[in-house]
Amino acid sequence: MASSIRVRATSNGDITEVQTLIQHPMDTGLVKDSKGELIPAHFIQELKFECNGKDVFVANWGTAVSKDPYVKFSFKGAKKGDELKISWTDNKGASDTTTAKIA
Amino acid sequence: MTTTTGPHPTRRLILLGAASVALIGLGNLPFAARPASAAANDKYPEEAFKQKSEADAIKALYGRTAEPSDKVKLDAPEIAENGGVVPVSVTTTLDKVTSISFFVAENPYALAASYRIADGTIPGVANRLKMAKTTKLVAIVEADGKLYSATKEVKVTVGGCGG
Repeated sequence: MASSIRVRATSNGDITEVQTLIQHPMDTGLVKDSKGELIPAHFIQELKFECNGKDVFVANWGTAVSKDPYVKFSFKGAKKGDELKISWTDNKGASDTTTAKIA
Repeated sequence: MTTTTGPHPTRRLILLGAASVALIGLGNLPFAARPASAAANDKYPEEAFKQKSEADAIKALYGRTAEPSDKVKLDAPEIAENGGVVPVSVTTTLDKVTSISFFVAENPYALAASYRIADGTIPGVANRLKMAKTTKLVAIVEADGKLYSATKEVKVTVGGCGG
C-alpha cells in the first residue's frame, strides 16, 4: 500500500524545512452521511517527526484539523542525507510510518 | 445540551450529546465503531480536546492563562471562503519555545492542534484548520514556562463542520 504520508524535507545548510501532507479523512464525528447517519469520529491524534534519534516535532491533533492534513515546520541540527522518520496514530488505533531522506 | 456528569463520560457520549438535536428520529446510531482510547500515547491531551470553550481548553492544556504578545505572529486569512480548509500559521521571535497551540473559539471543541517544539526546532508552524463559522482564532506559544498569545478574527462564509 502506498504510504499515506508525503514528505518533502529540504536542507539549506543549517535549517531543514519539512512539509508534510497526509491522506486522512479527519472525520469530526459531527457530520452526517447521505443517509443521515452520523459518521463516527476518525482523526489523527498524534503525528511525530524523528531525526537522528530525537523527536524534533510532535503534533497533537483534534478533529478541527482539516481533511488530508498539511503541516510545515523547520528545524536545525540535521544535514543532507539524514533520515527523517514520520509516524502518525489515529483515534481508531490505526497508524502509518514512513522515512524520508533530507534533500 | 448539558455537560456529561457521569463517572466515565466517553467521547462517544459527548459527541452524541453535541449532535443530539440533529439526530432526533434516527434510530440506529453507529455505537459499534467506538473510538479507541488514546491510552497508547499517554501524552495526548485528551481532556483538553474535549473542552468546548477556548478558556476551558487553555486551562485544561496548560493550567494557566496567556498574556497577549506582539512577539507572536499569527497569520490567517481575514475571510475564509471554505471553513473546512483555513490555512493558519504562527511564527514567533520568542526564545525557548516548547509548544504552540491553536484554538478556534467558535468550534464545537475549541482546541484544534497542539505542537510540541523540541530544542533546535524553529518555533513556527503552518497548518490547515476547520472553522465552523466566523470565529476568534487564538494561537498560544509556550516559551520559557510562560504563555503568550495572539488573536485574530476570521470571517467564514461556509462552515467546515458540516453545518
